[in-house]
Amino acid sequence: MKSTLGRGAAAGLGAAILALTAACSSGGGFGGSSSTSGSGGSDSGPLNVLIGSSGAAETSAVQAAAAAFAKQSGIKVNVVAAQNLQQQVSQGFAAGQPADVFYLDTSSFQNYAKTGALYAYADKASDPGDFYPTLKQSFSYDGKFYCVPKDWSTLGLAINTADWSAAGLTPADVPTNWDQLEAVAKKLTTGGRVGLTIASDHAGIDEFIYQNGGSLLSADKKTASFDSPQNVAALNYVKKLLSDGVLKFPSALNAGWNGEAFGKNAAAMTIVGNWIDGAMKSDYPNVKYQVYPLPAGPSGTKATLSFTNCWGIPAKSSHKDAAVKLVDFLASGTQQMAFAKAFGVMPSRESVKDQWTAAFPADAAFLAGAAYAQPDLALAGGTQTISDYDSKLAQLATADPAALLSAEQKNFQAVIQQNQ
Amino acid sequence: MTTATGTPAAARAAKRPAPRRPRGGIRGHEAAAGWLFTAPVLVLLALFLVLPILMAAWVSVSDWTGQGNPFSGGAHFVGAKNFSSLLTRDGLARQDLMTSLRNNFYYVLLVVPLQTALALFLAIVLNRRRLAGRGFFRTAYYFPSVTSSVAISIVFLFMFSGGGVVNALISSAGGTGPNWFADPDGLIHILLDKLGVHSAPAALANHGLLGQSWWDWLAGPSVAMTALIVLAVWTTSGTFMLMFLAALQNIPAEVEEAALIDGASAWQRTRLVVLPMLRPTLFLVLTLGLIGTWQVFDQVYIISQGNPAKTTLTPAYLSYTTSFNDQQWGQGAAIAFILFAIIVALTALQRFVLRERKADAG
Repeated sequence: MKSTLGRGAAAGLGAAILALTAACSSGGGFGGSSSTSGSGGSDSGPLNVLIGSSGAAETSAVQAAAAAFAKQSGIKVNVVAAQNLQQQVSQGFAAGQPADVFYLDTSSFQNYAKTGALYAYADKASDPGDFYPTLKQSFSYDGKFYCVPKDWSTLGLAINTADWSAAGLTPADVPTNWDQLEAVAKKLTTGGRVGLTIASDHAGIDEFIYQNGGSLLSADKKTASFDSPQNVAALNYVKKLLSDGVLKFPSALNAGWNGEAFGKNAAAMTIVGNWIDGAMKSDYPNVKYQVYPLPAGPSGTKATLSFTNCWGIPAKSSHKDAAVKLVDFLASGTQQMAFAKAFGVMPSRESVKDQWTAAFPADAAFLAGAAYAQPDLALAGGTQTISDYDSKLAQLATADPAALLSAEQKNFQAVIQQNQ
Repeated sequence: MTTATGTPAAARAAKRPAPRRPRGGIRGHEAAAGWLFTAPVLVLLALFLVLPILMAAWVSVSDWTGQGNPFSGGAHFVGAKNFSSLLTRDGLARQDLMTSLRNNFYYVLLVVPLQTALALFLAIVLNRRRLAGRGFFRTAYYFPSVTSSVAISIVFLFMFSGGGVVNALISSAGGTGPNWFADPDGLIHILLDKLGVHSAPAALANHGLLGQSWWDWLAGPSVAMTALIVLAVWTTSGTFMLMFLAALQNIPAEVEEAALIDGASAWQRTRLVVLPMLRPTLFLVLTLGLIGTWQVFDQVYIISQGNPAKTTLTPAYLSYTTSFNDQQWGQGAAIAFILFAIIVALTALQRFVLRERKADAG
């Protein structure tokens, strides 16, 4: 009795293993055949989409959009929210089975484009000229526009309105240049509160460099100009604010990031992207604030930074055409407006600019930066170099800006040479 | 000292050639059967241990870009290029590696002795026969070791934040606590600053080794790293305490009674009787501690990501970021092998220092 049972179980197990291997091999075979006949338009997926979600709102919005697309096109879509996007994308590529569509940040984009891992499809998307030029620049490698920008953010100056009026300031006092920024920051610094806080890395400080007419990397990423006199002057300005005590980095205010310091009212102003809206709504709903465009540099140069993600499609995907169709759907103006309403992002298409401004009048200052936004720092093989730059910027208060920038010039120049 | 001489004697006995048995007959297929029975384990070892190590070794000398199988044509042999850019070429890669080695060196230097001493102390205290609530204390001290390191790291993140519990304690004692995880100042630098050395002496600042000035090498662990050191000591002492406790309970009561009759004081009994008998366990604890501390990753990943100013960057974390964030898989694997070499060398050194000297054995 016992032995028959055992034999039966073994047979069952064997059958299960057989079935499993059969399923695997047939899956592979199917994938292989569809890649050869992919251009026929009969590809029905399924498409695996890997997203780095900011929360439940974003995940369900993308899932809803994917479901709408599946209904319209008959192509199945699985949306997976990654725990650690960068790592999971890497693992997918290493295993030879990357997700068919995934979020890709500007810095990783450079790395993957360099190794030829990405499918350069952006020019096949509908109306590629509609995307903002700064975003197209962020996702171009060697002059080729690779992937479609998903949405984007720029930096603006968020001001705590209660602090503002308590210091006797009026809307006419909103700073439009560096001297005014310094003056109001001084006025707003009282007791335990500082006037201004910014992120202590390149994403919080580089805008001053651009406002001063400086630059970091050329558009083709072939030259670095970190140690220019304009850049040194810009960092000297930030350093002066720090040593005057009117600007503090979030860690000095016991905050994890500048939005938290601003929400806790440890700082009256902060330079921050439009992600501040969601954070304030959920964590500090009672704090009233207003966002203005960033002040211009001494020569009147306006500049802000742009941060963006694109919809990456791997070169090795067996469902490339279906994936492009999905991205086209997700990056359409209407869909981007739906995303904007669900989780507060800025659409990457200029054609819905007015529609967005009408829907979110309080955030108009962020989109006003579109005309003069500079892409966030990114360089193939440069992630470590950028993080070195970040860690030095965090020590700016005690550093020598000229020495800091010339050390980084050397580091970035080395990476550029390696890339050539 | 019976245990001290016991091990070599047993080893000598084992070395004596075993009597040969005739092949064939009833034991003829023993070898085949042996292989058959060990096959599952051998396959598992090969698949999950040998193959990954060989793969990593190959990646460390290749230009693999992280796409597809590294054995399948996409990767090319580049010789020692990855190692040379980490060790001999002046650049950010070497600077980062040396910074991480310095950080980790200070981490090991403090964690290993502290955790060993604390574990031994706790074990000796708990081993006393007339201690009330022994079971409770044993559980309490062991608790951090069985708690998830992620949970503990996050609790420490709150405790050591600028306005956290630790600083509240310090300020209630009249001091002002540092902003722990944001403070990159080295302890030795802070100490020198207190002694009146406010900036690097030219002799230290202008000369250096492997891209770092001597002043930087001698910074000591940063304040942020000190918090990680406290965390490591606190979490691992429990495990090692258990090992010491097991060893202590193996020491026959007669030995201690004999020492007592000979008129040895409590301190003499501990130092001259108990400690020598704990030598094998001490070796185990030190070795495990050394290996574990050189590989520290999870606390760094969760708490500091190498910040502030790279003073909590460790080779293991650097290897991870180089591979996954920068897609420089060859260099990341090379860092892992350099770390491996350091651990092997230090363990060998420790084995040599703790070896049983002939005079003792005789």
